[in-house]
Amino acid sequence: MRLERTLWLVIFLTPALGLMVVFTVLPAVTALGYSLYSWTSFNREAFVGLENFRKLFSFPFQSDFLRALGHNLLAFVGLMVVQNGVGLLLAYALWRQPPFFKFFRATVFLPVILSLVVVGFLWLLFLDPLIGPLTKAANALGIASFAPLGDPRYALLTLMLVNAWRWVGFPALVFLAGMNNISEEYFEAARLDGATEGQVFRRIMLPLLAPAFTIIVLLTFIGAMEWFELPYVMAGVSGNPDKATDTLGLMFYRMAFGAASEATSNVGVAAAISVILFVIVGVGSALGSRVLRSREVEL
Amino acid sequence: MARLGINGLKVGILAIAMLGGALAQTLTFWSWRVEDKEFYEDIARQFEAKTGIKVVYTPYKNTEYNTILASALAAGSGPDIIHTRAYGGLAQLADAGYLLPIDAKQVPGLSKFPSSLLNAARGFKDDTKKKIYGVPFATQSLGFFYNKDLLAKAGITRLPETWPDFKAALAKIKAAGIIPLANGPKDGVSLEQIFGVIGPMFYGGTDYFRELTAGQKTFVDDGFIKALEETAALKEFFPPNYAGIGYPEGRTLFTNGGAAFFVTGGFDIAYFRDNNPKLNFGFMPAPPLTRGGRTYVPTFADGNFSINAKSKNIEAALKFLSFLATPEFGQQFTEKLAQASAVPGTKAKDPVLQQIMEQTGYYGTPFLTLVGFRYAAPTGTELLRSGLQRMILGQATGRQVAEEMTKGVATWYKPFQK
Repeated sequence: MRLERTLWLVIFLTPALGLMVVFTVLPAVTALGYSLYSWTSFNREAFVGLENFRKLFSFPFQSDFLRALGHNLLAFVGLMVVQNGVGLLLAYALWRQPPFFKFFRATVFLPVILSLVVVGFLWLLFLDPLIGPLTKAANALGIASFAPLGDPRYALLTLMLVNAWRWVGFPALVFLAGMNNISEEYFEAARLDGATEGQVFRRIMLPLLAPAFTIIVLLTFIGAMEWFELPYVMAGVSGNPDKATDTLGLMFYRMAFGAASEATSNVGVAAAISVILFVIVGVGSALGSRVLRSREVEL
Repeated sequence: MARLGINGLKVGILAIAMLGGALAQTLTFWSWRVEDKEFYEDIARQFEAKTGIKVVYTPYKNTEYNTILASALAAGSGPDIIHTRAYGGLAQLADAGYLLPIDAKQVPGLSKFPSSLLNAARGFKDDTKKKIYGVPFATQSLGFFYNKDLLAKAGITRLPETWPDFKAALAKIKAAGIIPLANGPKDGVSLEQIFGVIGPMFYGGTDYFRELTAGQKTFVDDGFIKALEETAALKEFFPPNYAGIGYPEGRTLFTNGGAAFFVTGGFDIAYFRDNNPKLNFGFMPAPPLTRGGRTYVPTFADGNFSINAKSKNIEAALKFLSFLATPEFGQQFTEKLAQASAVPGTKAKDPVLQQIMEQTGYYGTPFLTLVGFRYAAPTGTELLRSGLQRMILGQATGRQVAEEMTKGVATWYKPFQK
């Protein structure tokens, strides 16, 4: 009986496990191997130990690497505040069942199902320095030069806001599901004891939403560390302007595959970046998950 | 009987194989030029009519081409004929041993190409530097394109003849409410091109380039720094909201008749004509510093036709490359693609392109960062682009940028490592 059960488990798990090994574990291990060799184009040459890591942490790659890493961390903080903060507020508003509740629920989630590339180009058009409606509005309001995507001070922030616009429906939906899971009794009990709506939200709802927070924080962390698509679509492979929107993902791509017209690749250093990224995401998620789970309360 | 049967079979197979080989020898040819498919298929038909060798042209998306090609080559496969980039892009494939070195004995037309163009087809390592790995296909030159109607509207009847006159003209255009220059700094592409066009007048063109490559000078040089400063100073003539303008935005603006000047290369002529047939435009090199002074047209080879070192049809591939090095091919290339073929002596139908080709002949100088410094990361190109972007924002001086460029390039550029 027990043997049969094990057999079934093996049968059901094998396909998924096989796919994971082939497409996740193997590439990760291979990348680690790649990072220990020197490369000419895509030709693997001599074993060089940690030389690629040394290169990555010395001139001229170090400053790019640290800047890109900084942008990833900024994106994590920014998206936690903007995307998930607004998501939480939206979820709360929806949970109160306003008029046209279903319409708003669908609208909030709508950008999530749009293609990211479409979203990127759409916002590029909105912000176009020549024909963009937002540019025209800003110029009409007296801002003589309005080009947030071209200004290193605002470019990253702009990308974060676009990212939040696209994704906000997701945390909103997860939080809403979490809120709907909380038994109405807790709220009634609190209200009977004279708690205000603010107190109910802070003292009852937020703690009980902890499982939803765990998921959202971890997904945002992984998403922010591996942030690639939106910066690529909106700011190009070099993280324009002047690397103000560079991320580790973009830097990895540039080093591995080169910018289209230059084709100066450096696969070894790129593999070193990917290994470090893997470690950051792995260790970060594991630690985050431990800490966050320990704070969850049983419903 | 049985033996005879087997032998007969062997002979039969051999005969069929030989016949098949003679009948249908096929070369595969990969490229990133999706827009030129029709042209190359026509060339393939002409070549097949001459030699009986078929050529199958497969273009990939520009931005994905390097990756697709490099992975195929790394796996030991890939096409017989490879459309390769120039300079660093070709060198890294040549250095990896993927490309077949060729010489004028195998490809007779090669001896007619000027050596400056063939430099685009050399490797970067000490041993591959001495060999040629492809037939150059196009030369590109950069300069100021101008909108004749807008200049007339601004009251400019004669093209400025000196650099100070030119800047005065830009100011006059601006005062007339017209955008003087369509270029902007966002992606850095246009900054590098502007620098390429006006820089040589300040740093001394080809002589300085030679001294750089010989290691006698670095970027920390008064002329080079002055060139950086003059480039950044043009920002006052950029369009409104210029921080958001990159190369594609600037090109759209100029094409739609929205700005008087645009710095770009002859490769955009076809774009202008296709997208706005009414655009009345001309081309001029940067005006010299003083009347009758020396001016320059920055020029570079755009790419090459190369042969896969692992090709099984090397003989046929050499025949095809020889055809691509003939004036017969070059003339068709210049006419039909409206690009300057690298084959010497071709004539363009487009008057503007013809003018650029002639002026390149007189005033040509290497497009410095592309020709000399795109062989490894960090490239001179990326350092220049980001340096100029910071200068425009007031975050760096010309001297700082020149020092950073020297230090960055010195990590891989031997002449700077002394």
